[in-house]
Order: sequence, then structure tokens, then C-alpha cells
Amino acid sequence: MENLIALLIAAPLLGAAVLLCGGRRLDRVGHWLGTLLAAASFVIGVVLFSDMLGRSGDGRTLHQHLFSWIPVESFQADVAFQLDQLSMTFVLLITGVGTLIHIYSIGYMEHDERRRRFFGYLNLFLAAMLLLVLADNYLLLYFGWEGVGLASYLLIGFWQHKPSAATAAKKAFLVNRVGDMGLSIAVMLMFTTFGTFAFGPVLGSTGDATEGKMTAIGLMLLLAACGKSAQVPLQSWLGDAMEGPTPVSALIHAATMVTAGVYLITRSGAIFNAAPDAQLVVVVVGAVTLLFGAVVGCAKDDIKKALAGSTMSQIGYMILAAGLGPIGYVFAIMHLVTHGFFKAGLFLGAGSVMHGMNDEVDMRKYGGLRKHMPVTFVTFGLGYLAIIGFPGLSGFFSKDLIIEAAFAKGGTQGWILGSVTLLGAAITAFYMTRVMLMTFFGEKRWQPDEHGHQPHPHESPKSMTIPMIILAFGSVFAGGFFAIGERFVHWLEPVTGYHHGEAPISAATVTGATMVVLVLGAALAWLMYGRRPVPVTAPRGSLLTRAARRDLLQDDFNHVVLVRGGEHLTRSLVYVDHTLVDGVVNGTAASFGGLSGRLRKLQNGYARTYAVSMFGGTAVLIAATLLMRAV
Amino acid sequence: MNPVYYLYLASLLFTIGAAGVLIRRNAIVVFMCVELMLNACNLAFVTFSRMHGNLDGQIIAFFTMVVAAAEVVVGLAIIVSVFRSRHSASVDDASLMKL
Repeated sequence: MENLIALLIAAPLLGAAVLLCGGRRLDRVGHWLGTLLAAASFVIGVVLFSDMLGRSGDGRTLHQHLFSWIPVESFQADVAFQLDQLSMTFVLLITGVGTLIHIYSIGYMEHDERRRRFFGYLNLFLAAMLLLVLADNYLLLYFGWEGVGLASYLLIGFWQHKPSAATAAKKAFLVNRVGDMGLSIAVMLMFTTFGTFAFGPVLGSTGDATEGKMTAIGLMLLLAACGKSAQVPLQSWLGDAMEGPTPVSALIHAATMVTAGVYLITRSGAIFNAAPDAQLVVVVVGAVTLLFGAVVGCAKDDIKKALAGSTMSQIGYMILAAGLGPIGYVFAIMHLVTHGFFKAGLFLGAGSVMHGMNDEVDMRKYGGLRKHMPVTFVTFGLGYLAIIGFPGLSGFFSKDLIIEAAFAKGGTQGWILGSVTLLGAAITAFYMTRVMLMTFFGEKRWQPDEHGHQPHPHESPKSMTIPMIILAFGSVFAGGFFAIGERFVHWLEPVTGYHHGEAPISAATVTGATMVVLVLGAALAWLMYGRRPVPVTAPRGSLLTRAARRDLLQDDFNHVVLVRGGEHLTRSLVYVDHTLVDGVVNGTAASFGGLSGRLRKLQNGYARTYAVSMFGGTAVLIAATLLMRAV
Repeated sequence: MNPVYYLYLASLLFTIGAAGVLIRRNAIVVFMCVELMLNACNLAFVTFSRMHGNLDGQIIAFFTMVVAAAEVVVGLAIIVSVFRSRHSASVDDASLMKL
């Protein structure tokens, strides 16, 4: 069985290699090949999963040692895989959602002449992401981490003829580099502390190192997670990443890659458990991002950017849960999986709407689409109900458990975190209801595009609707399936550990409070966007709305503090270089030049000058001799 | 008569010669000034010979004359050939090794 693990990665990797190197002759079959290999990976995942279910306890973890990568004395880096329950969950999510989105892309990218390349990149992403979650040491994980960064860059900038897409790709890559720096520092710290990178020895001996070191490693890992998962302060790239094709937004920037940070923190749970200070920072980052993303999501008129704000906010929930320690790890991953279903479904729905509306993304130019796109409406609606936490649907279970765990943190912190998560739930209900109402309800506000074509909304082809329907099933049932009988807790407990926290208020109260804020948020959205008509051009709005439209001034902040600061720093460094360093060098050269210029004048070729110097020399010699005699 | 006066005269002649060598441009005059310096030395040698009461100085004076004669032959030949090639007897005009 172990030997199948490498195949999981090999299938999409082969697809990427063939599709990217195969050239135009593969144009007609490329998308089928890519989808087939993604599906093959999913099938292998399912086989491994059923095999894992057949075993119990510690026997569930599989290891595969492929080859020694960099064997240098005490520095041993191996290409080796570890498949435990946590990796298994990710493998199924990545390959499952990945396969669905491959199928969806066949329809969505039908008119794109570079479709083969698109599928090559998607396969490359799958391979890198699987490598990330299957690696059994941090160095290999880092390799996968960079791989998904590359795939993300390539896919955001897929329509590189648009300057906005090319810029967004570069921005995503640069911001991610900051996070990657954190991960590389963390890996180096681990090596100096433990002398190895492998998960087993590192996570098993966290007690041997000082708490200070653990905190440093934890904070660096958090920085990495912030970069990849678009958490404050490295969140600015995610909104712009929506420039990529919608399937990419669904797979990479909603369901899988952006959750890699949550995986990293959960996987490194032992490190964070040994560093309470780092854990506190994780919780704060999660709480801040969860509100930040939600507020941004409220103000965006671009349907994908509204969903991107929502993604940021939901990952904030996961990071917060992961920061709670053993009370929260399981729920972070559970929310991650359910979120993978409903957010991928929502993005695919958004893509379907755009497909029918001449690629219009402004929700103010939608309206009344429910009659024209019934399947999209129903699947999007189910995703909507799931994300706001409608009772019985996925989000209800997973989010509720996180809110409970936040309260169970205890003390003032517990109350603050609990309130923040509740507030986040209210805002989630508001902005998602807003998206829903503006898109599918109300009167038609359709506008002709720049070529003067009036949009004719129509349902998307089967290849697009079927994945949406499957994801809608996941959005509805996954949460209940995981939560009932604490199935998911029992499944993940051996890997992440689980500790049931006692909340100061009962679970029923939490659920009740969640329901109340949910209804309040949704009702407010209905009052603002359902009861009265939505203006086609956005009103000026309050100060907060305008700030939120500009992503709460994150780019302005980055510009003023980082870009300007960097410019000033370089300018002053250049000034120092020009005046001080160049001054010394040029001054030395000039003084020697001047001196030799003067010396050169002595050699003028006139015999009389040489005679003078001979005379002078002789006179000096004689004078000196006489003087010495006299003394 | 005090022989020191001869030494004063020798010094004066030598100085005049040296100044001529350094100041004048005409190669012939420079050459004459060199001769003047040589002869100032000769005078000094002869004076010393007289003061010390032996003949060493006089012998050296003879040598100097012989050397000066030989030098005049070579020197004048050079000056004449320089004059032929440059149409000038100025030492400053011959500031380059090539024409």
C-alpha cells in the first residue's frame, strides 16, 4: 500500500509534464488527459483511504521512503512521505475538489486557445499541493509549498495579456515570498535546534528545546501561514488574485492552497502547544483577519472579490481555531473541509454566472438571475446557506464548533474570542445575503458590455453544472456527516490530539446566539438590498464602506509604509554610497592622479631641467656630507 | 700670494659655468660653459697640488684636459649633426628622442 503514495503525486506530475512539454499536438486531448490524471489521483486516494479505514490506531499511518535527497553527514534530507489521517483528509479534499474543478474547467475554458496549458498548470498545482501535505519532513514540505506558490503565480497570471492579471500574479508571488521567508527561517531554526527536519523527531522532542526557541519557530511558521493563507498582515494579494480564471479562484484561492497555512499550523501543533505566546499571536491573527475579511466582503461589488473577502474571513476562523490548541485543531480542519466544499461551490457558481453574463463581475449589473440559471441558483443558494451556518448544513456544524471552542478558551480571552467569532458570523450572514440578493433577486440591471452586446443569461453546460451539484451535496451533508457522533474528532484525534474544552456557556446557548446574529445579519442585508432596488452605480457610501472598498486601505498602507519606506531606504543608501563610499574611492584615485600629474611634469624632456635636478641633487648630497662631518 | 684666492676664482668660474649650462639655450654656449666648469676644476686641482706640495693634482689636471679634448670632438660632432637635422642649435628643441 505504501507504494501507492508516490503514485498520488506522480499522476498529476506526469500530466503537468506531458501537457506543458507536449506542444500543440495535444491541444485536442489535453484537457481530457489532465482531468483523467487528476481523477486517477483521486481514485488512488480513495483506495488508500479505504485501506486506512481497514486498519486501526497507530497502524493507520503509512510511510514511504522514496530516496535520499541531500545526504550530507548530519544533514539528511529525504524524499519520504507520510500518510496519516490529517494528510488523508487533505488528499481526498485536494484530489476530489481538484477533479471536479478540472471537469468544470473543460466547459469554462472551452473558448480559450491555451486550454491545454491551463490544465498543465492545474495538474502541476495538484502535484505540488499533494507533495506539501504528504511530505514527512519540513524541507520536502517547503518544496511543495514553493511549488504551489509557483502554480498559483502561473494561474493568477494565466491571462497575462491583461496587465491587471500580470500585476496581480506578481503581487501574489511577492507577498508570498515574505511568508516563504518565514518558513525557510523556521526550517533552519528546526535544524539548529533538533538537528533534523523530519516530523517525527521534531514534533516528538519539542519538550527538549527552550520555550523561547519554540516561540521563535512558531512565529516564523505563523508568518509562513499568513503569507499562504492571506492572513493579516500579508493578506493583500488574495483580492487581486481573483484576476485568474474562476476555476483557479475556486480550487487554489478558496478550497485548497490558501488553507495550506492551516495545515502547517495544525501539523506543527506540538510546536505551538509548547509555545503559548506564539499560540496567542495565532489566535489574534485569526480573529483580526476574520473581521477584516468579512468587512471587506461587505463592500465589494465584484462578486469574486466579495467571495475572496469571505475566504479570508473563513480562513481567519480556521487559523483562530488552530491557535486554540488541542481544543481547536480538529475543528479547524473540519471547517477547512466543509469550507472547501461550499466555497468551491460558490466560486464555481460565480463562474457560471459570469459565463452567462459576458464575463461581467459587477453584482450591481446582475439581478433577477434565478429564473435564467436555475441550477446555478440552487447550488449557489445551498452554498450560501452552508456558509452562513443555516441549521443542518455543513457550515452550521463546523462554524458552531469553532465558536464554542473559542468560548472554551476560558477567561477574558475566551469571551473576547467568542464575541469576535459571533460578530464574524453576523457579518458573514450580511455579506453573503447581499451577494445572493444582488445576484439572483431583484429586478434585472443587466448592462451591455463594451462591445454593445446585451447579455443573454443562460444555464451553463453540463460539464460545469455537474461539479456544482456535487459540491452542493458536500455543502449540505458534509458537516452533519462529520459532526454526528463526533466522527471527525475520532478520525483526527490520533494525529492532532483533542481536548474537549468546557465553554462557560452551554452549547445550546452558543447555537442560539449564532442563530440570532445570523438572522440579524441576513435581515439587515435584506433591508438594504432586498427591499429596495439596488442602484447600478455604487453610491458614495460611508467612510467605512469606502475604506472597505479599497480593502480597508491595505494597499495604501503597504504603499506608504513598505513601498515608500523602501524607496526612502534605498535612496538614502544610494546617497551614502555615492557620497561616502564613492567619495573615498574616487578621492583616493583623484589624489593619486593629481600627484602623478605633478610628477609627470618633471619629466618634460628638456635637458636643462635634468641638469638642474642633477645639480640640485649633488648640492644636497654635498651639503649633507658636510653637515654630517660637522656634527 | 695666498692660494685660497685661486680657490675662490675656481669656485666663481665653476658657478658661472654651471649657471651657463642651466640657463643658456644655445648648445655651443652650453658646451663652452661645460669647458669652463672643467677648467675651473683644473684650476682647483692645480691649486690643491701647490698647497699640498705634491704633483697628484697636476696629473689629474692633465687627464682632465685629455678627456675634455676627446669630449669636445664627440660633443661638437653631435651638435653639428643635431643642427643639420633640426636647423637649430637650441638644446630645448632637442627635447624628443625622435624627430
